[in-house]
Amino acid sequence: MEELVVIGNGMVGHRLIEALRDRDSAHHWHITVVGEEPRTAYDRVALSSYFDGATAQDLSLGQVSGPHVDVHVSERATAIDRANRTVTTDTGRVLPYDRLVLATGSTPFVPPIPGHDLPGCHVYRTIEDLDAITASAQGARTGVVIGGGLLGLEAANALRLLGLQAHVVELAPHLMPAQIDEGAGALLRNLITDLGVHVHTGTASTAVEAAANGRVGHLRLGEDARLDADLVVFSVGIRPRDDLARAAGLQVGERGGIVIDDTCTTSDAHIHAIGEAANHQGTVYGLIAPGNAMAEVVADQLVGGQATFTGADTSTKLKLLGVDVASFGDAHGRTPGALDVVVNDAAGGRYAKLVLSDDATTLLGGILVGDAAAYATLRPMVGSPLPGDPLALITPEGGAALGADALPDSAQICSCNAVTKGELTQAIDRGNHDVPALKACTKAGTSCGSCVPMLKQILAQAGIEQSKALCEHFPQSRAELVEIIRATGTATFSALIKAHGTGHGCDICKPAVASILASLGGGHILEGEQATLQDTNDRYLANMQRNGTYSVVPRIPGGEVTPDKLIVIGEVARDFNLYTKITGGQRIDLFGARLEQLPQIWRRLVDAGFESGHAYGKSLRTVKSCVGTTWCRYGVQDSVGLAIRLEERYRGLRSPHKLKSAVSGCARECAEARGKDFGVIATDQGWNLYVGGNGGFTPRHAELLAGDLDEQTLIRYIDRFLMFYVRTADRLQRTAPWIESLDGGLDHLREVIVHDSLGIAAELEAAMDEHVASYTDEWAAVLDDPDKLARFVSFANAPDTPDPTISFTTTRDQPVPQTPVSLGMPARRPQEATR
Amino acid sequence: MTTTTQTRPTTWIDACPAARLRPEDGVAILLPDRTQAALFRTRDGHLYAVDNIDPYTGAAVISRGIVGDRAGEPTIASPMLKNVFSLRTGQSLDDADVHLNTWPVRQNGTTVQIATGAQESTP
Repeated sequence: MEELVVIGNGMVGHRLIEALRDRDSAHHWHITVVGEEPRTAYDRVALSSYFDGATAQDLSLGQVSGPHVDVHVSERATAIDRANRTVTTDTGRVLPYDRLVLATGSTPFVPPIPGHDLPGCHVYRTIEDLDAITASAQGARTGVVIGGGLLGLEAANALRLLGLQAHVVELAPHLMPAQIDEGAGALLRNLITDLGVHVHTGTASTAVEAAANGRVGHLRLGEDARLDADLVVFSVGIRPRDDLARAAGLQVGERGGIVIDDTCTTSDAHIHAIGEAANHQGTVYGLIAPGNAMAEVVADQLVGGQATFTGADTSTKLKLLGVDVASFGDAHGRTPGALDVVVNDAAGGRYAKLVLSDDATTLLGGILVGDAAAYATLRPMVGSPLPGDPLALITPEGGAALGADALPDSAQICSCNAVTKGELTQAIDRGNHDVPALKACTKAGTSCGSCVPMLKQILAQAGIEQSKALCEHFPQSRAELVEIIRATGTATFSALIKAHGTGHGCDICKPAVASILASLGGGHILEGEQATLQDTNDRYLANMQRNGTYSVVPRIPGGEVTPDKLIVIGEVARDFNLYTKITGGQRIDLFGARLEQLPQIWRRLVDAGFESGHAYGKSLRTVKSCVGTTWCRYGVQDSVGLAIRLEERYRGLRSPHKLKSAVSGCARECAEARGKDFGVIATDQGWNLYVGGNGGFTPRHAELLAGDLDEQTLIRYIDRFLMFYVRTADRLQRTAPWIESLDGGLDHLREVIVHDSLGIAAELEAAMDEHVASYTDEWAAVLDDPDKLARFVSFANAPDTPDPTISFTTTRDQPVPQTPVSLGMPARRPQEATR
Repeated sequence: MTTTTQTRPTTWIDACPAARLRPEDGVAILLPDRTQAALFRTRDGHLYAVDNIDPYTGAAVISRGIVGDRAGEPTIASPMLKNVFSLRTGQSLDDADVHLNTWPVRQNGTTVQIATGAQESTP
């Protein structure tokens, strides 16, 4: 085994370790990583989300561990001894290496103007920097960012989120000079000025001046202008961290950066450099994609591969302060003879420019501000002949309407993972006939997701019909059936299938329609014909277990229960000889109830004040909670109270799949809210709302939908979210894949829920209000109705005779089913009654 | 050891009142020999009786499944693991080796009857 030492545990260093671990199945390399930051690698690109409710843990890229990897944080490499091939660190450790990778990244450049080091001056690169900015912002009114590039605008948004009056000062004549041109910069300036950020372009920052307290007080602009500033963030560029390499005598570029060749090897054959620390043919890349590409090249080289790095696409598409900005190819038109086609719609808030070859036949690059929807189509076309009138491509709808069929096979569809259209069509030919299959097979669409609409187009172009049919009886999708039922007021399955389907239905469409009818206020789920539609558990309002008996789960909102009620549950379990177990949703499951016992059990429970827990339904299960300010010395909000109010609001809501929720009373997140379909976490100011989490086969963390909400707003957003999900999701589609399936994903969902972009918020809220008003306990209703009660018998000809095939044995002092059951294979029929 | 039972005289026994057996809403019947039948009435008025025991799990639950059709064949889906069987023949639609026993069933006045002596398959 050989020794690999990696200096630096940023995103690129992390990518290298992951890539090498994937490739080095023979365990040829033992990896030692030293990083000076106090934590392992995190997503620096998403750093700004730290001000939007994300925690350091959310940003973490996860720890790479294993017998062949040692990661040392808070440890800084201080010297490289190339002759003896060792690295020395500030703890005195000496690490021998066979190969060394420098992934030291960059440092923000702070211009040496007077006062640049006063208290209150910051840079924007690490989580520690963000913590320092947050501390400085306490009591501050005005914050100034020096530098109007991509990161500077992110920093300005951060100051805004911290409640400061934000200013951006940029030396160049317009914002983001590296990516966009003057016209685009002017529009961007308008759009972010509308958001309350003050922009000063063409302006030099000449000095930072102290206030009486010795901290930052003013920023001097040019000769004589002055700007009030309680804190200053420098964001004028980066400098590659090449000091270790310099000291070791490695070749560095004229303007910094460790010089590497196409194999990412430095002037010493045993040392590689990757990421922002590296200088490839005179260029230091300050973007993540080229850094990742270098990491992959080095990982490949280390296992004997031939991969090379020959330069990178610096196209970017991002959202800055809610404004779409995209820049791709030769955005500045530096190719000799290049022609521009520009649409500048200041009133509509859109700017689009295409750069064409001198004969106007080939697309070279472009810039999009305000609406970057066409980016997914245009970027892959760079270097290809234009399919038509260039102006049509950048007028609204034009780019989107053009579609994937205009692209050559060599066009890169997913730039994050370097997947071409040709690779995708081959994957489709091999039988990957939907978006999830294509994602799994090619990795396309798994990073930023902006190419997912293109994947759908390519599938359609390949003649793959994405059938939305619910089953053989209905050609419609679930969402379409919702709309049909709402529009026509159809109240029964038989009327629906007669008018809009064929045949008699099946175990797919019947429960799906039953759920829709129930969601739309169709009354008790066992009323009349509806009873025959219900899936296994809904049909008897209990959960069928493997021997045909049921388990019973009374609702315990928020997991809070009195001793008296606990005693009732205990007594019921004892009297009916039920097995009891605490569930993951903070309630109690009683197992082993025979069908005919369910009404007697529920009579006792309802009389004691319990109601159905809907553990049997595709509906709200529980809202789990930690004790919050009720007891906890760290709690900042009343999580139990909110959990109970939420559970009581949404109980009984039928949905495409089960719904789980939780409320945590502080950022420690003891209720595990981010593992839920909708999770709420307390902040000092209110509540953060996360959506789309789940456990199960494909665990997912919920993502932040909106932050620092008061309770009323929180509930309005959850109302909208749940009703939108109920109406538009597919059958058995949980919230995470539903959000992923929306064009525009979480951003689109946020537009709909928070900004009401579809104009349906009031209607969704009204629908939820109606659900809340019409809620009744399903089990109490059964007990009051002889007709429904008549269903709960063992045999139609012997209603009180227990099913003779059911018997129990004792395990750990509790009853469990006796017959061993082989799942999936036909079991021998029990020949004799055992009772 | 295999013996067919079709040669034995047919005995019709009362299963349940006709009104008790609603369309697509099955009931379980305990037969005199302690075996169990699942009884169904489809929406078009046909009556069917099949084994109540799900051959995949051994649980007596078939009567609680969902009635429907597959390409016109009347079916019952077991509520346990959602295996689908023909109501006419008892044959599994997913697995050629698996089937449910069936019994003749009729409505006699206001009573549904099942022919116990005439179980149509061999154990």
